[in-house]
Amino acid sequence: MVGSKKRKGNKAVVNIVLGIICFIWLIPTLGLFISSFRPAADILQTGWWKVFPHQEWKASNDVIRLSKDVDLRGPIEVNGKTYTDAQLKAGVVEGGKRLMWENRRARMISVQTEGWVTKPNLTTENYKNVLSGKEYKLKKADGSETVQKGSGLSQAFLNTLTIAVPATIIPVLIASFAAYAFAWLRFPGRKTMFVTIIAMLVIPLQVALIPVLKDYTALGLNGSYLGIWLAHTAFGLPLVTYFMYNFISQLPKDLFESAFIDGASHFTIFSRLILPLSVPALASIGIFQFLWVWNDYLVSLIFIGNQPNVQVMSMKIADLVGSRGNDWHLLTSAAFISMLMPLAIFFLLQKYFVRGLMGGSVKG
Amino acid sequence: MGTQAKPGIPLRAVLISLGILLANIVVNGLIFLFFRDSTLNPLLTAVLAVLWGVVGVYLIYYTLTFAAEQYPDKIRGRILPFIFVGPAVLLLGWLLVLPALRTLYLSFFDASSDKFVGLANYAAVFSDRLLGTALRNNLLWVFVGTLACVAFGLLIAILADRSSYEKTAKSIIFMPMAISFVAAGVIWKFVYYYQPGDEQIGLLNAIVTYFGGQPQAWTSMIQPWNNFFLILILIWMQTGFAMVIFSAAIKGVPDDILEAARVDGSGEIRIFFRIIIPFISTTILTVTTTIIVFTLKIFDVVMVMTGGQYDTEVVATQFYRQFFMYRNFGYGSTLAIVLLIAVLPVIFVNLRQFRKQGGF
Repeated sequence: MVGSKKRKGNKAVVNIVLGIICFIWLIPTLGLFISSFRPAADILQTGWWKVFPHQEWKASNDVIRLSKDVDLRGPIEVNGKTYTDAQLKAGVVEGGKRLMWENRRARMISVQTEGWVTKPNLTTENYKNVLSGKEYKLKKADGSETVQKGSGLSQAFLNTLTIAVPATIIPVLIASFAAYAFAWLRFPGRKTMFVTIIAMLVIPLQVALIPVLKDYTALGLNGSYLGIWLAHTAFGLPLVTYFMYNFISQLPKDLFESAFIDGASHFTIFSRLILPLSVPALASIGIFQFLWVWNDYLVSLIFIGNQPNVQVMSMKIADLVGSRGNDWHLLTSAAFISMLMPLAIFFLLQKYFVRGLMGGSVKG
Repeated sequence: MGTQAKPGIPLRAVLISLGILLANIVVNGLIFLFFRDSTLNPLLTAVLAVLWGVVGVYLIYYTLTFAAEQYPDKIRGRILPFIFVGPAVLLLGWLLVLPALRTLYLSFFDASSDKFVGLANYAAVFSDRLLGTALRNNLLWVFVGTLACVAFGLLIAILADRSSYEKTAKSIIFMPMAISFVAAGVIWKFVYYYQPGDEQIGLLNAIVTYFGGQPQAWTSMIQPWNNFFLILILIWMQTGFAMVIFSAAIKGVPDDILEAARVDGSGEIRIFFRIIIPFISTTILTVTTTIIVFTLKIFDVVMVMTGGQYDTEVVATQFYRQFFMYRNFGYGSTLAIVLLIAVLPVIFVNLRQFRKQGGF
C-alpha cells in the first residue's frame, strides 16, 4: 500500500502547515483577549505577550563605578574592554551579562543578568467598568457627593440584540416566502422580478442611503427600531432570497404536490413543509444575516444617529476609539464583549451551518 | 392586487380583504407609535420589540393569505403569489431600486440639490485628488483583498479537508468572520501599534525590533503601502467565509471520481486543478462575487483604523464625509453612483452565470 503510506506522509505536512496558519490567525484575537484582562498601565507599558514567561534582563547587585576622569565622549574602558557611550546606552551583552548605564551622570554601569519573568497581572476591572460604566464622583454645590455612572455597554448590548434578532428573522422569513413563490408558483412578472433581485445582490448599499434617509426623516422612522429593521431587511433581502431560492427550488416537487392535492393551501404547505425542511438553510443564512447586522456600523451610523438610547455596540466602540484612543483597557474589553454573542451563535449553530451550506442535500 | 370587477367575485371577500389590509396597517402603525414614544424599561422594550418584529411579519402573511382564501380558487391562485413575493418586492423597491434611481438623479444636482449641474459632479469626482485616491484604494481593496481571500480560503479548505483536526481548524479560521469590523479594528491596532523608542506594545513592531529593525508606523507612514496593512485585516476576516463555503463545496465532489483519479495515478495537485476546481467553479464565482461586493463598500476598517487619513480614503468613507460632514449631496450621490458603475460588470457576470445554471 504505497499510496496510503504516501498520503499519511502528506497528512503530517498538512497538519503542520494548517497548524501554523491557525496559529497566525489566532494571534491577533489572543492579543486582544489577554489585553482585555490587563490593567491600564500594563497595557501601555508592555506588550501583551509579556504575561507569558519570557527572558528579561534584570539588574543584579553588581554595579561598576567608573572614575570621575573618564571621558564619556571617547572610548570607555570597562573591565579591560572598551565600549562607546552609545553602546552602553543601548546595553552590550558580554559573557551572558549585559552592561548598561544605570546612571550616566554618576558614571554607574549596571551589570544585568537574564532571567525568567512573568507578569501575570490580570484583572476583570476593565470589564466591570465597560459594562456598567465608569463611576465618577461629583461634588454638588452644597458639598455632598454623588456617584454618577458613565454610560456603559449594557444598554448598547441590549439595543444591538433588539435590532439584530428581528433584522435576522424578518428578512429570512420574507425571503423564504418570496423564494417559495419564485420557485413553485407561476405568475406574471415572476422572471423580471427575480432577475432584478439577483441583480440587486451586488448593488452597494451606499447607493440607497441618501434617499432612504430622506424618506425616513419624513416618516419619522429615523432612530426607530422599525426603521433600522426595514433597512437591514431590504439590504439583506437579495442575498437571502437568492440563497433560499437555491434551496427551496431543489426540494422534490412531489413532496408538496401531494399535499396540495390533499387540499392544503400554499400557506400551510409553506409553514408545515417548506419551513421545517429548510431549517438547515434557514439557520445558515440566518447566521450570516445575524453576523452582518450585529457587526454593522455604517447602516446604524446613518439611520440611528447619535441617540444614546438606541445606539449599538459597534458605534460605542468606534466612539471609544475616536474619543478615548488611549483608554486601551476599556477598548479591549468592549471589543471583546461585542464579540461574545456572534462567537456563541457561531459555535452553537456550527452544525446547521455546514449542513445548510451544502444546499439541497435533502434526499428526495 | 388584480381585483378587477369580474363576475363571481364575492363582495364579502373584497370587504374582508380590504378590512384585513387596513387592520394590518393600523395595528402595526399603532405599535410603531407605541415604541417610538414608549418610556418602558429598556429590557421590556427590547423583548416586546423583538416579539413584534418577529410575530408581526408572520401575522401579516397569515392574515393576507386568509383574505385571499375568501376568493374563489381561480382568483386566489392569481393573488396568492403576489402576497408571497409582495413584501419582498415592495421593500426592495422602496429601499433599493427607487433610491438607486433617486441617487442617480441627485448626482446631477449641486451640493444642496437645488441646481441642475449636469455632469459637473462626475467631472469633479474624477479630477479631485482625494477622490482619485479613494477610487484607487477601492480598486486595491477589491483586487488584492478578494484575490487573497479566495485563494487562502480555497487553500485552507483543501488543507482542512485532509487534516486530522478539520473542525477545530475551520472554527479558528472562521472565527474572525464573527467579529465586527470595528472590534477587528481594535484587535489590529494592537498588532500595528507604533511608538517611538525601544519598548513596543504592538506585535508587529515588537517582532521587527526583535530582529533588529526599526519600528514603523504601519498604518500611517509608509504610503501607499499602509493600505495593504488595512487590507490584511479584511483578509484575516473574510478568508473564513470563503473557506467555509469552499469546504462545503469540496465535500460535494463525489468520492468515486476522486478515487478513480487516484487509481489512475493523478497527484493531489493535479486532482485539485483538474477535478476539484472545475467542480466547484460556480461556488468560486459566488464567493468571489460576495467578497467583491463586501469589499467595494468597505468602510468600517478604514474609519476605525485611520479615519481615512494618510491616503487610505476609500469611496465609502469619502461618501460618508461628503454627505454627512460637508453636506454635499451632489458629490455624495455621485460617489455612490460611481461605486454602482464599478459593480455593473459583476452584476452582468452573475446574471449570465445564473442563466447558465438554468435558473430560469
